[in-house]
Amino acid sequence: MYIYDEIDQTLVDQRVNQFRDQVRRRIAGELSEDEFKPLRLMNGVYLQLHAYMLRVAIPYGTLSAEQLRKLAWIARKYDRGYGHFTTRQNLQYNWPKLEELPDLLAELAGVQMHALQTSGNCIRNVTADQYAGVAADEVIDPRIHAEIIRQWSTLHPEFTFLPRKFKIAVTGAETDRAAVKVHDIGLIAKRDAAGELGFEVIVGGGQGRTPMVGPTIRDFLPEKYLLSYLEAVLRVYNRLGRRDNMYKARIKIQVHETGAEKFTEMVEREWEQIRDTAVELPAGERERIAAFFNPPLYDATGDGAEILARDVAGDADFARWVSTNVAAHKADGYAIANISLKPIGGVPGDASAEQMDAVAALAERFSLSEIRVTHEQNLVLPHVRQDDLYAVWQTLKSYDLHTPNLGLVSDMIACPGLDYCALANARSIPLAQEISQRFADLDRQHDIGELKLKISGCINACGHHHVGHIGILGVDRKGEEYYQITLGGSGAEDASLGDIIGPAFPYDRVVNAIETLVDAYLGVRADGERFLDTYRRLGADPFKEALYGTH
Amino acid sequence: MALIKDRELSQDSWLYIEDGAPVPSAGGAIVSLERWQAERDQLSGRNAPIGVRLDADTAPESLAVDIDRLDLIAVPFDHFKDGRGYSTGRLLRERFGFTGELRAVGDVLRDQLAFLERCGFDSFEYAGGTAAADALKAFDEIGVVYQTATDRRQTAAAVRNHPSRAFSNGTSG
Repeated sequence: MYIYDEIDQTLVDQRVNQFRDQVRRRIAGELSEDEFKPLRLMNGVYLQLHAYMLRVAIPYGTLSAEQLRKLAWIARKYDRGYGHFTTRQNLQYNWPKLEELPDLLAELAGVQMHALQTSGNCIRNVTADQYAGVAADEVIDPRIHAEIIRQWSTLHPEFTFLPRKFKIAVTGAETDRAAVKVHDIGLIAKRDAAGELGFEVIVGGGQGRTPMVGPTIRDFLPEKYLLSYLEAVLRVYNRLGRRDNMYKARIKIQVHETGAEKFTEMVEREWEQIRDTAVELPAGERERIAAFFNPPLYDATGDGAEILARDVAGDADFARWVSTNVAAHKADGYAIANISLKPIGGVPGDASAEQMDAVAALAERFSLSEIRVTHEQNLVLPHVRQDDLYAVWQTLKSYDLHTPNLGLVSDMIACPGLDYCALANARSIPLAQEISQRFADLDRQHDIGELKLKISGCINACGHHHVGHIGILGVDRKGEEYYQITLGGSGAEDASLGDIIGPAFPYDRVVNAIETLVDAYLGVRADGERFLDTYRRLGADPFKEALYGTH
Repeated sequence: MALIKDRELSQDSWLYIEDGAPVPSAGGAIVSLERWQAERDQLSGRNAPIGVRLDADTAPESLAVDIDRLDLIAVPFDHFKDGRGYSTGRLLRERFGFTGELRAVGDVLRDQLAFLERCGFDSFEYAGGTAAADALKAFDEIGVVYQTATDRRQTAAAVRNHPSRAFSNGTSG
């Protein structure tokens, strides 16, 4: 993974000092809360319902064991012993004290981490495929360019006061695990006929109150023009994006209102003027960054596959975990182990300090000291030898990290909702917990198969409900929590937005409604069909009938 | 309100002239874009410094042809969160080659100064609540830059690829 040099370290250290002074000025009353707000937001500090919340950046979801240990340590010292992994591959602490934040950030800087640009109307922490570097269907490790973008966007002087927040996701694989089509900019690495590397550029996707699958504005951008092209998109947005209404200020609205074709022309015209200036990295720098992501030295000796087969045959629980949570690795003898942060009845994405320490220790021993965070709020050990999987699973089991539910109905995304968030209309977490308990029977979950259920506590859609196979949106109806259900969304390479199925349900009827939908699917599915496939084949009718029909 | 010019507290020698009000024959005068466009020959024949105020929603392209006749361009920030002026600054400097005084006016606060400077602004009508002298420190708080901008400071990548170069915080580059 990328290791800071003195220059990178200087920046985060200076940034901590700068923030320390900003906090001092706030506490001394030199800054009003209004003036302080953009400054703290630039450093990931939100004022939530009960306390300040700090969002720590985990660029493109890659962590070292040492970094995860530090996150655990911070959770104990500055929070209440846990942290929450988010859909942007970040980590949130819900209970830090304002006056302690500078020290907390200094601790992070000590392990080459920061909270830069995890909020505010700037270019946010860049995300990427969690299987970067280990997926077999990959053109290139997307973290190389994600790191290039991270550096370019860090304290970018022109793009720090954009009309609204700006999210970039990168993938290098055919299977889209990074939801690139619902980002402000999504980049898909590909090669042209001559074998040259470049990117498909998608602009103006997004979720929130106006969900959109972004159009491709350029099929192939040669790699060497990446930064100038991004700069052109951002400049067109910064100059002409709407600022009159914060709900219409995302770039997706600009692209939609301008028209994708005209917007593309504007970008291309701007790009023509800057494409051969000094925006791009100098020769050598790309190679320097890329070298950090060279594949590690794998050791494929031994009878990994055979030992794994024996372990699977001897333990049905382990076998089940392998079938759901373990993915193919591009190197012989290795596997990708997914760690579910969705235990039955748990809070999606929460991890205790003990769990973080346990995963860090596992990574050190079995995964070349590397961990990934997924946008679906789980963790990944990306480089596990097949013959070590059983040992890994046994340790996970003793920390309640072994739930074999990856991609199943209880592997939900849920935003923090009304339990924490100042914007929420309704609770998300307790609902997720109740649904998870209703489907606690793992045999049943496995029978149901892949089902992406996503819950947002308000229209801002932090829980990605628009792209859930089943999406649940909390709304406020005269002070009462109601939930609208959408079906047929997908955040993958076949991206689509869910359709509202009918009238919303009050809180205590939602779990039944979800079960009714699942049962309806089981009644009509064809062989091998996922919930999403059945919905796409048959449309909403059988589901509507099951939910609202008169019996 | 204090004026910061080239990173120092400075006396403001410019006057804003309302549309319709007479322009004094001597001393720096800042007029609206409309007035400039209507009276550019008289105004530039005045033999005294002339400046134009370019509102946030006006494209900097409107001044492209006049750029060499202007001594100052004032770019208002009605609210610090409105970041259009950053692009305006870069375009005026980098695309249209403006070499006069580029002044940020309005809601210009301490923690925007360094970003503004990187986008080509060299003078600031400082509106911050803290003492302007203290705000001068803001220019030097972060000594590393990752991206090229108007100030042409050495980027991290440039320093790495030419290790003999050190970071400089100056605007000379």
